[in-house]
Amino acid sequence: MIINAENLDYKALNDLIRSSSEDIQITNCCGHRFIAAGMENKSVTINGIPGNALGAYLNGGSITVNSNAQDAVGDTMNNGSIVIHGNAGDAVGYAMRGGEIFIKGNAGYRAGIHMKQYKDKVPVMVIGGYAGSFLGEYQAGGLIIVLGINIGSKKILGNFPCTGMHGGAVFVRSSCDGIKLPGQVTVSPASDEDMSLIEKHIVKYCGLFGCDADEILKEKFTVIRPDSKNPYKQMYVAN
Amino acid sequence: MGIDYMYPEFEVVRNRERCINCRICEKECANGVHIFNEEKNCFAVDESKCVNCQRCVCFCPTHALKIVKSDCRLRENANWHESTVKEIFKQARSGGVLLSSMGNPNKLPVYWDKILINASQVTNPPIDPLREPMETRVFLGMKSHKIKRKENGEIDCTVPPLLELSMPVMFAAMSYGSISYNAHESLARAAEKLGIYYNTGEGGLHEDFYCYGENTIVQVASGRFGVHNDYLKAGAAVEIKMGQGAKPGIGGHLPGTKIVGDVSKTRMIPEGSDAISPAPHHDIYSIEDLRQLVYSIKEATNYQKPVMVKVAAVHNIAAIASGIARSGADIIVIDGFRGGTGAAPTRIRDNVGIPIELALAAVDQRLRDEGIRNRVSLVASGSIRSAADVVKAIALGADACYVATAALIAMGCHLCRNCQSGTCNWGIATQKPELTKRLDPDTGSERLINLMTAWKNEIKEIMGGMGINSIEALRGNRLMLRGIGLNENELRILGIAHAGE
Repeated sequence: MIINAENLDYKALNDLIRSSSEDIQITNCCGHRFIAAGMENKSVTINGIPGNALGAYLNGGSITVNSNAQDAVGDTMNNGSIVIHGNAGDAVGYAMRGGEIFIKGNAGYRAGIHMKQYKDKVPVMVIGGYAGSFLGEYQAGGLIIVLGINIGSKKILGNFPCTGMHGGAVFVRSSCDGIKLPGQVTVSPASDEDMSLIEKHIVKYCGLFGCDADEILKEKFTVIRPDSKNPYKQMYVAN
Repeated sequence: MGIDYMYPEFEVVRNRERCINCRICEKECANGVHIFNEEKNCFAVDESKCVNCQRCVCFCPTHALKIVKSDCRLRENANWHESTVKEIFKQARSGGVLLSSMGNPNKLPVYWDKILINASQVTNPPIDPLREPMETRVFLGMKSHKIKRKENGEIDCTVPPLLELSMPVMFAAMSYGSISYNAHESLARAAEKLGIYYNTGEGGLHEDFYCYGENTIVQVASGRFGVHNDYLKAGAAVEIKMGQGAKPGIGGHLPGTKIVGDVSKTRMIPEGSDAISPAPHHDIYSIEDLRQLVYSIKEATNYQKPVMVKVAAVHNIAAIASGIARSGADIIVIDGFRGGTGAAPTRIRDNVGIPIELALAAVDQRLRDEGIRNRVSLVASGSIRSAADVVKAIALGADACYVATAALIAMGCHLCRNCQSGTCNWGIATQKPELTKRLDPDTGSERLINLMTAWKNEIKEIMGGMGINSIEALRGNRLMLRGIGLNENELRILGIAHAGE
């Protein structure tokens, strides 16, 4: 089903998406918010630029954006996949706990904040370019992978990545020289074992956006992990 | 021994004539205060571990025990209170931020106690609630402010989603994790029987309690623990927690030691991992951002649930509430600075925020002045202790109240204020199986129902006395209130006259 969003407000557009049982193509999307919020299945393809909170609480199905996306993509998503053939705005994947987000280009500030995982439910976010400041703040689980493809002289990570991190891992395709990381994380070159965790996601990224996985995997990766899952335990005294 | 030694705060007094060495006190005390010495056939006591929860006192079959405050004191000093000195000792030893539980215990004004309620005499007769119908039902949510007609001229009766309460009291947010499974079950069952609501807090909703969904408010806080689509759809309303009266401006932190078994499963985080709720929602930096979260929840739940926004009462609460009302929220919850908590930094709990009475009056007035009072319902919380407090809150402008500490007390809490220890002897603020089983959900829910039924009757009696027969006519009816011993500023903010005026 094709929906022309040109003369629809976001509520009308989302009503149409909710009531449809078929897969959906949206054309002329222009800042419509909350697209596919809480969607359980179906596949939604978006032509044009979706607005904030795309795929919030997504619970299954897939979303493909054929351009850039705005803020809060995949907020608190639980399952399913979001593929962005461009850049994503701020706070992408906030508190996501399942499913996957693939961003061809860059992510804005605060990507992957408070991502978490439980047992076999491990969310994955792959950022092709660079990630803005505060990446993975309070991260409690899941995998964030930053590839730094075509970023020129731009730093692969912004300021204050991984502050308060207490679970999961961040993989960065860089030696991370000159990147200031907080005290409560351990930073090490990714071992073969580490790489086996992310290889399939990189292969998938390359399949989606048409690049050479071997070429990307040739470079050294750095892995950042928390050194405690109880970072603030020592801070308090019972009164 | 040494510089940090503090003589225990409480002493256990055992009446040897009554004590039959049955060792029940030893069994009941999870802190290990009572230790039976089999050789000598008598009890030793480690009073340093006593928190005065009264468990042993209540369960001693011969009433042989009492707990008294120790009279071994530091030299009196009106400036350097003993508690202040002891806190300095603790910090000098550990370097830690002081952590406390339950609401602010300090001597600060309780305005409820300085507000008096009116009654009818002669000219406007009281109503006898035993004889005449009294309406205690309230609806929370956005109310229509004008009559709309359909094209055919009929009145359009569609209203935004509302919560229907049989009485204007609900059980406030307490997460599964901070309190036990049995405590949650007690609250859920009582809410269902009473026709009111309980609140999950930020700990997710245990799969066993989805059946109480129609009487459940599900919370979304900055950590988003246990939040997913089924959870949002399970509740009757969704509450966004921006702040809490006991700790305005800071987040929550459930230690990894409490993230065990089902708590871990319900929060959807690994066992032993800290559950950290950051101070801000990292996607909310403005009213516009709040509006985005409100509407993302409305979209995800197909506009079928009212969305609540809970904030702590802080200095500019009236302006904040005005913004929240304009964000599309259906219900605003204001939590005053005496509100309870499972754990909060002492300094924050005791020094940050403002009393609910002043905050509520200021917010109600501001929303009226701006002509948007009907857009939202107001829920007041932060130490609502009795039916009289409820009546006063409604007359100051609340649509309903949240209670939590009162509900905990009904379930057995004796306010020892050691929730953070995880060894609650009453089986409420603990996850230890041998302790949680002490609270039987049959008893817990029955006691909650009793308490609320009693309050409902008291509310009816007080309203009847005023000659008012519905909550609707009491709401914001500040003429029914008078202040006693309040200064002009306080009276002006509360919008009430002084007694005698």
